[in-house]
Amino acid sequence: MNVLDDFLWRAALAGIGVAVIAAPLGCFVVWRRMAYFGDATAHAAILGVALSLALDVSILFGALAMALFMAVSVSALRDRGYPMDTVLGVLAHSALAFGLVAVSFVSGIRVDVSAYLFGDILTVSVTDLALIACGVASVLGLLVWRWNRLLIATVNEEMAQAAGVNPKSEQWVLTFALAVVVAVAIKVVGALLIGALLLIPAATARRFAGTPEAMAVLAAVFGVVSALTGLYVSWYLDTPTGPSMVCVCAVLFWGSTLIRKTGSVV
Amino acid sequence: MSQLPLIQANELSVHRGTDAILQHVSLRIHPGEITTIVGPNGSGKSTLLKALVGSVPLSHGSIDRQPGLRVGYLPQTVNIDPTLPLTVGRLLSLPKMVKRAEIDQVLAQAGLSDCADRPFTQLSGGQRQRVLLARALLGNPQLVILDEPTQGLDQPGSAHFYRQIEEIRSELGCAILMVSHELHVVMASSDHVICLNGHVCCAGRPEQVATAPEYRALFGTGTQGALALYRHEHTHHHDH
Repeated sequence: MNVLDDFLWRAALAGIGVAVIAAPLGCFVVWRRMAYFGDATAHAAILGVALSLALDVSILFGALAMALFMAVSVSALRDRGYPMDTVLGVLAHSALAFGLVAVSFVSGIRVDVSAYLFGDILTVSVTDLALIACGVASVLGLLVWRWNRLLIATVNEEMAQAAGVNPKSEQWVLTFALAVVVAVAIKVVGALLIGALLLIPAATARRFAGTPEAMAVLAAVFGVVSALTGLYVSWYLDTPTGPSMVCVCAVLFWGSTLIRKTGSVV
Repeated sequence: MSQLPLIQANELSVHRGTDAILQHVSLRIHPGEITTIVGPNGSGKSTLLKALVGSVPLSHGSIDRQPGLRVGYLPQTVNIDPTLPLTVGRLLSLPKMVKRAEIDQVLAQAGLSDCADRPFTQLSGGQRQRVLLARALLGNPQLVILDEPTQGLDQPGSAHFYRQIEEIRSELGCAILMVSHELHVVMASSDHVICLNGHVCCAGRPEQVATAPEYRALFGTGTQGALALYRHEHTHHHDH
């Protein structure tokens, strides 16, 4: 029997896939203080979902397109001199609102919005898994390929420029990676909780990591552990899966702060 | 100086939106020369350095660099988020791997030792500036650009820092271009001073600039004492 025939296995693989790319990318989100940008991208994806339903194309492409559109709008508004957090606040919330309104217009059949807001990992299909696998391969490939350039652009833009690295290109690499993560993660944890999957494992890993690479790997480990534990918990307690995964993330983070307090680690 | 300049700015202008930050600024940096840019806040000093490094688009003018020019750069502010675990050695190894021996060498040149394995964010302000100076010295640069390198240092600290820079110049033979607020130190250790206020007000050897009416208009006459200090300190080593 093929393991992909079992919805639990498919859910587990989807969770692992999303956690493995969300966590290292989440490290950059933390290092560059882009937390709100992650949320804005995720909220924009809801609008993408509505458009996909209306145009009858894959949700993944709609979400990807809107997430990229959001990134372009953010940088355009920032160049006009608006403060970054204002720009993101305006765009994130309006994208979410427009998305929810747009979804309500789509199709005669009532669409279950909560599946996109909070994820619906137990209905992951083999096609979804294949798309997630593509997302994992492209994001991991991109991060490994550009790793050092991304790091120096994160440390200081002018220093990067002087070293021959264009910080704007690296910003776009991260933006694209973020859009891919959001697009594949919608099915798993939903638009509202993607930010948690990006941030919390990275924040948990920080206390134990001495190098950026260690932090990324550890964050991925915490992410995978949270995804699998969350899936297990939701199976036995009959709780919603996406939020259960995020709860485990949060518990791990809380645990890591306790360990730090007693001084037994690092 | 009959040598070809390492870098030459021709009539460059930089705008931010509709505001002119720099207007028709021309300058030449010759090998081995210490050039200091002085000017009031908002006079475009940092922008000029960024333009020379290539991180600010020009709205007018051009920059000629010697082919293959090696430039080291110390930016004005480096705010590395404390969540980014980066040792000093790793910071120097970005974006390209650098051999440990070379890392130790530039750290020693910048006046630091045994700190390659320490986390950058745990260093003091002065140590951080030295690490950034070390980074600017990697790869044997012909031109080192320093944007207010003594920020956050106390007076003895910054005096020591400038001595270090002079030593580096004589050791490596590199040209140094820096922005500074500390006029008396600038006057004591520069070969060439450019007084900037959106445009080049005046430029020349320190004693020429210090007596120029344009400079007086910007900084007043309070630097007379500094000029005396300059003359005093520089009777024994100059024009080498």
